[in-house]
Amino acid sequence: MPPLNEIASQIRRDILRMVHGANSGHPGGSLGCTDFFTALYFQIMEHNPTFSMDGKNEDLFFLSNGHISPVFYSALARSGYFDISELSSFRKINSRLQGHPTTHEHLPGIRVASGSLGQGMSVAIGAALAKKLNKDNHLVFSLHGDGELQEGQNWEALMFAAHHKVDNLISTVDWNYQQIDGTTTKVMNLGDIGQKFEAFGWTVLKMDGNNIDEVVTTLEKAKSLTGKGKPIAIMMKTIMSKGVDFMENDHGWHGVAPNDEQLEKALAQLPETMGDY
Amino acid sequence: MLKDIQVTGKKDTRSGFGDGIVEVARKNENIVALTADLAGSLKLNQFMKEFPERFFQCGIAEANMMGIAAGLTIGGKIPYTTTFANFSTGRVYDQIRQSIAYSNKNVKICASHAGITLGEDGATHQILEDIGLMKMLPGMTVIVPCDYSQTKAATIAIAEYQGPVYLRFGRPVWPIFTNEEDFKIGKAQYFSEGSDVTIFACGHLVWNAIQAGAILQEKGISVEVINMHTIKPLDEDAVIKSIRKTKCAVTAEEHNIIGGLGDAIGQCAAKHFPIPIEYVGTKDTFGESGTPSDLLKKYGLDIPDIVAAAEKVLQRKNNN
Repeated sequence: MPPLNEIASQIRRDILRMVHGANSGHPGGSLGCTDFFTALYFQIMEHNPTFSMDGKNEDLFFLSNGHISPVFYSALARSGYFDISELSSFRKINSRLQGHPTTHEHLPGIRVASGSLGQGMSVAIGAALAKKLNKDNHLVFSLHGDGELQEGQNWEALMFAAHHKVDNLISTVDWNYQQIDGTTTKVMNLGDIGQKFEAFGWTVLKMDGNNIDEVVTTLEKAKSLTGKGKPIAIMMKTIMSKGVDFMENDHGWHGVAPNDEQLEKALAQLPETMGDY
Repeated sequence: MLKDIQVTGKKDTRSGFGDGIVEVARKNENIVALTADLAGSLKLNQFMKEFPERFFQCGIAEANMMGIAAGLTIGGKIPYTTTFANFSTGRVYDQIRQSIAYSNKNVKICASHAGITLGEDGATHQILEDIGLMKMLPGMTVIVPCDYSQTKAATIAIAEYQGPVYLRFGRPVWPIFTNEEDFKIGKAQYFSEGSDVTIFACGHLVWNAIQAGAILQEKGISVEVINMHTIKPLDEDAVIKSIRKTKCAVTAEEHNIIGGLGDAIGQCAAKHFPIPIEYVGTKDTFGESGTPSDLLKKYGLDIPDIVAAAEKVLQRKNNN
């Protein structure tokens, strides 16, 4: 297996090529969260690419902000859930790689549909409770956008997880300050998200989500804090569109595909390390 | 004969749910129950006592409850969510749509206090649109049992039935007139065979339909009374067989005539064997406060309303 940063470079290429190929999709958040997905799927999680929906005796991951499906699909394909050639079908007719992740087309690796925002934490909590009932000591990971925390269901879930001591759950927030209509500060200010989680009874860690070594050590630390009566959250600062200089930090790239010229310029910044699909 | 149907007692249908979930949970350790601050109203006291580790209090947060239920299925649990019908459906429609129905999760959405017989709490709580909301979701099974015994039987049956289910029941104390063993998901239940008119009913109004049928029989009309407790998937064979014979029908439900059982029967008839149909249900209106019996009268869901609808549809058939 190549080093994590080389895997991340290949996943970023996949993301750009998938979104370009479909002429639609969400590159910004996908590129920003690439280092997180790489660490999770290639180092942190014990998981089985021979997919079973029940996921017993393995770690599980739930993506709540489903629009960053390109990074999810690439991470799944690159870790063996399905053939990388299928990435070319992203968002096209008769594809298992729907615009937003779904179980409906039976794509291995997906355990719930997401896209309508704010629902993933509740589902992750339910899966974590099932693990406890099944005396399965594996963990549940989840990822959430910062913007999607504007949905009230998250705060219901935060309350529940602390009250019921769901301490086998590690929820990460992609804190990039961007949403469709502008910065989160302008659109609907979330304030200090970490303090809010702490006030709801969670153990909160912080990390630079684009420093892959820091992502690994922080996730390892989070794992060491599980089983102590509190759910764990990681406030992950990322740069939207990280890895492509002319796209970085611009919410304009939330849901826009690069054109041919932009793709070429972007790919030139990202070495092909594992072979394009 | 309809008048010979035996009443064995009176109980609320929600108690059938409370008794059913305990019985099935004793046999199936994967069954878990969730509630949103309505454990008492949903009669979960015994379940909580026997299976405290399989009970999840969610507080007044139904959206989260639906998501947690979806998650619990991953790992093989069979979650039963419990709250009032209004908060089980309309309040959480998108959570059900994405996390449960579209994701094909084995969640049993158990809804009490449905319909106008909720009574005094008024229209904020009397949902009359829930059958429609749920039956429009691809893959959702919709069951509306008619009495205590049938609600208990349905509560037990859905555990072994793969896929999301909406189970609708209610609050009022109501006659018990069915046997648990006669309930089968997706199979229409006959209370009488007749040749002049079919009455298709569900929920509490099955009892009213039986009473109306007895009155019509005394007037010399041959009535077929059918309990369509499973609205989706609809027992189309039973519907077609009956309407080919009677050539007219009445539908009766504690629900808006738009979107409910009546719509399902009407669509089936239009596709296979068009006949005149009269619809007994609320007429695209909200409810209001009152006793269940006053409300059934005011909103046209009472026994005489079904009798009148049958007479009207017979006249329409004969004028054709």
